[in-house]
Amino acid sequence: MGYSRRHTLAMGLGGLFVTVVPIRVSADAAGLIEAFTGGAEIVEGPLEITAPEIAENGNAVPVTVTCPDAKSIRILAPSNPNPEVCTVHFGPLAGRHTATTRIRMAETMDVIALAEMADGTFVQAAANVRVTIGGCGG
Amino acid sequence: MSGFDARPRVRVPRTASVDEVVLVRTLINHPMENGHRVDTDGNTVPRHIINRFTCTFNGETVIDMEIEPSLSANPFIEFEARVPESGEFAFTWVDDDGSVYEDSASITVG
Repeated sequence: MGYSRRHTLAMGLGGLFVTVVPIRVSADAAGLIEAFTGGAEIVEGPLEITAPEIAENGNAVPVTVTCPDAKSIRILAPSNPNPEVCTVHFGPLAGRHTATTRIRMAETMDVIALAEMADGTFVQAAANVRVTIGGCGG
Repeated sequence: MSGFDARPRVRVPRTASVDEVVLVRTLINHPMENGHRVDTDGNTVPRHIINRFTCTFNGETVIDMEIEPSLSANPFIEFEARVPESGEFAFTWVDDDGSVYEDSASITVG
């Protein structure tokens, strides 16, 4: 079976959709990042985020964030109905500044980690997770 | 109205050496209703989550976590703590309805 005119048009539209979506997401993410940093510049730093490449179940996706000099680390899932996931503040008795938890993901997206360092600068890292079944209900 | 048994569980080593960094794992039963789910009658289930988790060791903060609805049901939180002396970890989970669930674990250092 060859491609009909209709199929070709549909593929073209699909391609358009794919290119438009990331722009919308990054605009949302930019606002959320600014809310945490207060507009401060984001610098390079030793922040690591670990998440599976493919999550079959968006209800519980394991995510680990690690950053030795961080005062606090925020996790964002920008395409979720509630994009904020959690903010971890490290106290004087924190060991390595690391935390692992399980998060909900509505769809495939970049999970973002933002660390506020001891010197007041901010570091950002992201991990792309492909979600097969979304986990936000509704 | 809770309709569930918020049973906190924590796991820390029983012993450690001075200033050792130990792994702390916590889990609590909680539905973490994110406020978007619709029940079988078509009504939206109101938000009901644990919004804060803290861990202290002999009164000093290890971690303090603000939690939003995008955390999974039955929140699992794993982190590392430095133990300078023998003592007790105290854990609290704060519910939207005002309840505070608590647990503790002691460790012998030396």
